[in-house]
Amino acid sequence: MTEIETFRTETRAWLAENCPPEMREPVRSDADVCWGGRRFEPSSPAQKQWLDRMGERGWTVPDWPTEYGGGGLTPAQTKVLREEMAAIRARNPLNSFGISMLGPALLKYGTEEQKLDHLPKIARGQIRWCQGYSEPNAGSDLAALATSAVSDGDDYVVNGQKVWTSYADKADWIFCLVRTSKDSKQGGISFVLFDMDSPGVSTKPILLISGYSPFCETFFDDVRVPKANRIHDENKGWDVAKYLLGHEREMISGMGLGGGGRNPLIEGAIATVGLDHDGRLADPLLRARIAEFEVRARAFGAMSERFIDELKAGRAHPAQPSMMKYYGTELNKQRHELAMAAGGSDALEWESERSNGGAAPRAWLRTKANSIEGGTSEVQLNIVAKRILELPGA
Amino acid sequence: MPLFLDDDQTMLRDTARDFVADAAPVKHLRALRDADDPTGFSRDLWRQFAEMGFTGILVPEDQGGLGLGHVEAGVVLEEIGRNLSPSPFLATAVAAVAALKGTGAGERWFPGIVAGETVAGLAIDEGAKHRDAVALRAERSGNGFRLSGAKRFVAHGHVADLLIVSARTAGAPDDADGVTLFAVPRDAAGLTADAERLADSGIAARLTLDGVEVDADAVIGEVDAGRAVLDRLLGAGRVGTSAELLGVGGGAMDMTLSYLKQRKQFGTVIGTYQALQHRAAHLYAEMEVARAAVLKAQQLLDAGSDKADEAVSVAKAQATAAAALSVQEGVQMHGGIGMTDEYDIGFFMKRHRVLAEWFGDANYHADRLARLAGY
Repeated sequence: MTEIETFRTETRAWLAENCPPEMREPVRSDADVCWGGRRFEPSSPAQKQWLDRMGERGWTVPDWPTEYGGGGLTPAQTKVLREEMAAIRARNPLNSFGISMLGPALLKYGTEEQKLDHLPKIARGQIRWCQGYSEPNAGSDLAALATSAVSDGDDYVVNGQKVWTSYADKADWIFCLVRTSKDSKQGGISFVLFDMDSPGVSTKPILLISGYSPFCETFFDDVRVPKANRIHDENKGWDVAKYLLGHEREMISGMGLGGGGRNPLIEGAIATVGLDHDGRLADPLLRARIAEFEVRARAFGAMSERFIDELKAGRAHPAQPSMMKYYGTELNKQRHELAMAAGGSDALEWESERSNGGAAPRAWLRTKANSIEGGTSEVQLNIVAKRILELPGA
Repeated sequence: MPLFLDDDQTMLRDTARDFVADAAPVKHLRALRDADDPTGFSRDLWRQFAEMGFTGILVPEDQGGLGLGHVEAGVVLEEIGRNLSPSPFLATAVAAVAALKGTGAGERWFPGIVAGETVAGLAIDEGAKHRDAVALRAERSGNGFRLSGAKRFVAHGHVADLLIVSARTAGAPDDADGVTLFAVPRDAAGLTADAERLADSGIAARLTLDGVEVDADAVIGEVDAGRAVLDRLLGAGRVGTSAELLGVGGGAMDMTLSYLKQRKQFGTVIGTYQALQHRAAHLYAEMEVARAAVLKAQQLLDAGSDKADEAVSVAKAQATAAAALSVQEGVQMHGGIGMTDEYDIGFFMKRHRVLAEWFGDANYHADRLARLAGY
C-alpha cells in the first residue's frame, strides 16, 4: 500500500469513529453552522465534540503547519481528507473568516509572534473574526477608504466607519484596513488587528431584504490599537488586503458548489412538480432548465477541484480567484432562482414552521449579495480582463 | 491524482502542439477544401501521425501501441481542434480503438491502425439526431451474420477501411440489450457509402447495408452484449469530441483576443472597451470550467470509475456550450471581417457545429444527466 493509501485508510477509520452521526446530516440553517468564538454556544453537544476532535488533530486547518495549530498535511493528504469527509457528508467542523481569510494572510505577512498569537486560536475556533474592509464611500473602489489611524506613541488612534461588516456584532476581533497616510491612495493603507471589545467600537446590524441582519455598520471612535498589531509595514496594507481578497473570493466561489450527495434543488422540484410516467419531471421546461444548470454546476465542481489542486501546486494564475468568484456566485444565484421556481407557492412562505421560518426565500434573497460582496461580478470581470487576458487599458 | 496535466502529459502536449501546428495548420484545411479533395483528409498526414506514435496512443503496449489513456488522447485532440486539422484520429485511434480493445477483432485491426494504414468509420447514428436506439438488423446466416439497414453521419465512411457497425441481433430498437457491434471491412458486398460534404468541409457518409454478409469473427466482443462495447466507443468519442472542442474554442478565443488588442475604432484599440472586456472575461471563465470538466471525465474514464458516465456527459455538454460561445463571440467581435471566407474564424464556427452534433449534442447530454439522476 502506498503512503497516501495508508493515510486514506487511517483517515476513513478515524472519521468513522469520531464524526458524530448528527454532524453528517445536511445543514438546515445558520444555527447548524459552527462559527466558534468567545461567545460560541453549541447548538448540540455533537457540534462541540466534532469541533474539538477535529481541532485537536489540527484538521480544522489541515494544511497549516502544526506549530500554528494546523494538521501539517501535504496537499495530497488534504485532498484525501476532504474527499473522505465528503464521502460521509461530514459537516465543516468550523466556519471561520479566520481560517478562510485572515489565516492565509497571517501565514504570508505576519511576524512569528503574530502567527503564534493568533493562528492556534483560529484553528481551535476560540476567536471569531470579522472583516473591516468596505466603507460607505469605498465599495468597489475599496482603496478609497477613509477610516483614519493616527500615530500616537506605540498606538494608532482609529476613527471612522465600516459597512457590510459580516457578523461584526458576533465577532471577537476584527482585521481592518485603515488609512495611515493621505499621500497615496493604495500606498496609504495599513492592515491592523484589534479586539472588538476595545473602547470606542460599536456595531449596528443592518436589516436586509432577507429579513436577516448578517451585516453591520461598524463605528470606531478614538479606538486605541497597538502598533504591534499591524500586519506588514505601515502603508503596505494594500498588499495584505489584496492577498486576503483572493482567499475571500475563493471561499465565496465555493458557494456555487452546493452540497454533496443529495440535491435539494432536484428533490424540491420532484416534490412540487412530480414525475411523469417516464420518470421525468412533469414540467418539461423546468426540467430542461434544471438539467442545463446541473451541467454547469457539475462542471464548476470539477473547476473548483482543479483550481485548488493548481493553487496548492503553485500553478494557479494569481487572478484566477476572480474568475472563480464570478462564476461560483453567478451559479449560486441561478441555483436559488431555480429552487424558487421549483418550489412555487411553498417557497413563498416566510414564517411558517413548515417552511422552517421561510428558509428557502430568505436563502434566495441572501444569494443576491454573493455577486456584490468581496468585489462585484463586474469588478471580477475587470480583473480577469486586465490581469489574465491582458486586454489594454482595463 | 491532481486535476492538471502531469509532467509526461505536459511534454506530450508540447510535442503534439508543435507537430500539429507545423504539419496541419488551418491553411492545410483550407487547401484541402479549395482543391475539393475527395478524401476529406490527407493520408500522408495520417502516416505522419503513425510516425509520431499517436495512432497507437490507446492501443496496449503489447499490441504495438503506446498504452496511454484518454487524458493523453485528449491532449492530441485539443491540438487537432486548435488547428482544425482534418484527421481520422478521433474516429479511428480513439473511438474505434476503445471499442476494439480487449477483443479478438482488435487483434486483427490494431496493426493497421497503429501503422497509419487503416482508417475506421463509426456507423452508429441512424437518425439526424444522436439517439440510443439501434434498429439496423443483423440476422444469423451460415457461420456469420447478414446486416441490413442504414447509418448516417459516418465521418470518413466513404474511404474508411473498417466500419464499426452497431446492429440489433435481438429485441426492439429501444431495448438496451440485444445489440451487437461488428467490424465490417469496407469492401464487403452490399455496402454502399454516399459521401456528403459537410458545412466544415469534412466528409461524412450515408451508409446502406443491403444484406451484407460477415463472418462470426467480425463480432466485437459478445453477441447480444454489444451495449458495453458501444458504451466504450461512445465514452471515448464523447470525451474525445469534448477535448477537440476545447481546442476549437481555445483557438477561436486566442484569435479573438489578439484581434481585440490590435483593431482600432474611434481612435483606440477596441479591447479597451468594457463592453467587450466583460464578454471576453466571461468567455474565458466558460472555457476554463469546460477544461476542468473535460479533464475530470478523462481521468475518471481512465480510472474505470463508475462516476465516469455522468462526468462524460457533463464534459460534452459544457465543452459544446463553451466552444459555441467562443466561436459566436469570435465572429461577432471580428465584425465584418469575421464574415469573410478569407479569414479563418468562420472555419472555427463550422467545425464547432459538426463536433457539437457528434456523439450527442448538449441537450442530449443534459437530458442524459437528468435521467441518470432520476428526474
